[in-house]
Amino acid sequence: MFESGSPGRTGFFWPEEAGPTGLPQELLRDEIPGFPELGELEVLRHFTRLSHLNFGIESQFYPLGSCTMKYNPKVNEAVARLPGFSLIHPLAPPALLQGAFELLFGLETALAEIAGMDAVTLQPAAGAQGELAGLMLVRAYLSEKGNPRRKIIVPDTAHGTNPASSTLCGYDVVQIRSNDQGMVAPSAVAKVMDESVAALMLTNPNTLGIFEKNINAIADVVHSKGGLVYLDGANMNALMGIAKPGHMGVDVLHINLHKTCSTPHGGGGPGAGPVGVKNLLRDYLPVPRIMKSGNGYELREDFSKAIGRVRSFFGNFGVLVRAYAYIISLGSDGLAETSRMALLNANYIRRKLESVFQIAYPERCMHECVFTDRLQQKRHVSTLDIAKRLLDYGFHPPTIYFPLVVSGALMIEPTETESRETLDAFIDAMTSIAREAEENPDLLKTAPHSTPVRRLDEARAARKPVLRWEPKRD
Amino acid sequence: MRYTPHTPSDKAEMLREIGLSEVEQLFDHLPAALRDKAQIALPPGLSETAVKRRMAALAAKNGTAEDWSLFLGGGIYHHAIPSAVDAVISRSEFATSYTPYQPEVSQGTLQAMFEFQTLICQLTGMEVANAGLYDGASAAAEAVLMARRLQEGKHRVFVSRALHPQYRQVIATYVKNLVDVELVEVPFTGRGGIDPEFLARQVDERAMCVVLGYPNFFGVIEDLAPIRALCDRSGALLATVTTEPLSLALLKPPGESGADIAVGEGQSLGVPMALGGPGFGFFACQKRFVRSMPGRLAGQTVDSEERRGFVLTLATREQHIRREKATSNICTSQTLCVLASTVFMAMLGKSGMRRMAEVNARRAHRARERLVKEAGLAPVFSGPFFNEFVLKAKGLSRLQERFAAKKIVPGIPLAEFYPELQDCLLICVTEMNEEEEIEQLARTFGEG
Repeated sequence: MFESGSPGRTGFFWPEEAGPTGLPQELLRDEIPGFPELGELEVLRHFTRLSHLNFGIESQFYPLGSCTMKYNPKVNEAVARLPGFSLIHPLAPPALLQGAFELLFGLETALAEIAGMDAVTLQPAAGAQGELAGLMLVRAYLSEKGNPRRKIIVPDTAHGTNPASSTLCGYDVVQIRSNDQGMVAPSAVAKVMDESVAALMLTNPNTLGIFEKNINAIADVVHSKGGLVYLDGANMNALMGIAKPGHMGVDVLHINLHKTCSTPHGGGGPGAGPVGVKNLLRDYLPVPRIMKSGNGYELREDFSKAIGRVRSFFGNFGVLVRAYAYIISLGSDGLAETSRMALLNANYIRRKLESVFQIAYPERCMHECVFTDRLQQKRHVSTLDIAKRLLDYGFHPPTIYFPLVVSGALMIEPTETESRETLDAFIDAMTSIAREAEENPDLLKTAPHSTPVRRLDEARAARKPVLRWEPKRD
Repeated sequence: MRYTPHTPSDKAEMLREIGLSEVEQLFDHLPAALRDKAQIALPPGLSETAVKRRMAALAAKNGTAEDWSLFLGGGIYHHAIPSAVDAVISRSEFATSYTPYQPEVSQGTLQAMFEFQTLICQLTGMEVANAGLYDGASAAAEAVLMARRLQEGKHRVFVSRALHPQYRQVIATYVKNLVDVELVEVPFTGRGGIDPEFLARQVDERAMCVVLGYPNFFGVIEDLAPIRALCDRSGALLATVTTEPLSLALLKPPGESGADIAVGEGQSLGVPMALGGPGFGFFACQKRFVRSMPGRLAGQTVDSEERRGFVLTLATREQHIRREKATSNICTSQTLCVLASTVFMAMLGKSGMRRMAEVNARRAHRARERLVKEAGLAPVFSGPFFNEFVLKAKGLSRLQERFAAKKIVPGIPLAEFYPELQDCLLICVTEMNEEEEIEQLARTFGEG
């Protein structure tokens, strides 16, 4: 967009208004150097062209493990654009925001019910901010009891945000290894659990797609030493109507609405990471909190133990509107069916591919399954090559090289919104790629062949970073 | 069910392939104690029509900028958004795509991020910018955290009391558990800006950074030159926080005044208010700090055929690689909102941004003059402002009903945030507030 256009051109018309701006000249800048000068159609052509260079859920299957790339319903988009939601100001008097507060209150209640928790805050803007807020709740609670403690236990299968959030909350990270079944053993927790540990962060189902069936026993170990259990709810799509974290000994969790509740990923946000807690942490929740009062709703800030504010205003409200529309669309039965079909699709893919790719762990999977490139390594074909070759078949690759405990991991999460035909087409593509790995490994190593660009030189990008457009110098 | 395409025969055949006969067997390895209590007590699902009705009924209970005259800013602004913006961000290739970890099929998102980074650099006058953070408040907190990484051994963070109150709260929340950070609140003067004399007394070699709004929460344009000089003397970093970035199309950008870090909230550039979110935080700084920056970065490179392409780069700062040693735990860049603002800036361009900013300043200055001269409101601060300003109206709380009857929200009462500013209102005027609305605002104040 910086390389076309013409001086003086703009896609925006506003009649000139007479009179001085009222600002003294010495405070003003000259024109913004380099800024675009394009017409409306040029702008649209530019971005339409860019859009054609992208994959998206409505054009391709996106089996990204732990990312839950399900269909993003159109009705959610339509209602989020209602002026009554999109054109309201957060600092307007509460009398003008009653519908918004009612929605937020309803969403808090619904999420608490789904997860089996006692109270929810919608403020965190994403899962990672939810983690940070949740750990701050833990810290505030333990501080109140006399000692915030020093450590957080994180299994080796955890998302990278878990240790990063722990550090940001002032804790040291103790990593524990999962066992040969891909699970956390209560004994492994017991070995490191003492009065210096504030909490254990656990993902369930974990990032191998395996249900941590000992979670209650693990929680008992943590609780017996006065620690709390944090659940990373990234994989909540496997649990709705099947099991509630609130019954697993979990004290605090976050839920990624952009995963489980179908809000669009947007190429990297906006998301939302509500945090649910048991009653023992309720008083520490971020402010303001929305409360029922008389026949309306009010904002309350008068909670002396609250951790404060983690985000301005009310979080990513537009995302919350979409999530609420999704929940009322599906209702109790639809949510339960969602998780059931997510499990069915994952187990189907696992069964159909287990003779072609090596499965990482023999345990039953929930909503996602993890394969490795061990069989293909014999022909020096790696997970990266398989992933890149999938692009040629018109599929987005699975999550690769994660979790870190699996060498050459291919982590597949189909989600419930995919039909059997789509799964079969993906299975056929993967099977065909496995054959190509045997017969013509070079085809994979040089893939992709049919994408707008070929493999990109990431090392060069990092070595000599070019992070903005600049005019060519002669 | 609406979003699950499985027919009974699909289910039966898929289960047979797996070697099961019932869907429930897929999770019968979970403890029965958990399964037995998992029923979700929510109402049954609704038709799309019923969902729309229910949502429309909720929406109708809110007072919108279409039905009300809102003179509200304070970090979230009502501006004209060209229809082209929503047309672009509604495209499923942008809206439904994932974080561009597979660059070969994400060049659209990556190039837009790269263009955004460029636009933010141009607008702020800084050397590098990341691809977006959650919001302005957490961007301000991340600025403090970056200063902490860069300024080992220094622990005092000077935060202007005229910085947005919620931003100050978020900064306080973020650093609460970090023992090596001490927040010092800097008072404001009669100008409505940060107190340079307080800073001159307090800022010494222990100072990690100075954080202030530009323009600040009162709408006042801070005089950065004396603050820059103090920072030079003490080695502190200067971080500006801009909640109304449209102002930077008109005002000297932070980079020109020597800011080391320039952050802010981007909502005003093409994102609807939506109760304050989602918008995005922007984060720009001097090039020498780039490896300490938080958040995602798109960088230019070439593919195996030497064609220009873009990738996520310098990821070794980030949580998925560095885990507990990452510069931040963030793994979101509010990309769709960032795209909206990229389209917005491209549409308005050099002259359109300037025009819109001028209309804001002109209308706001005229409104202030009118409210003071015709309606008898008292000026509170003497400093220059862009599109919002503070005035005092005696017996403000008694006026609420009068305004409500005319569907006007005259501004943000400041007493809730600043007990010393009783009866003071933060009034914002943008290009969306027509002359007649401003006239009615003045008249309604004058009726008292």
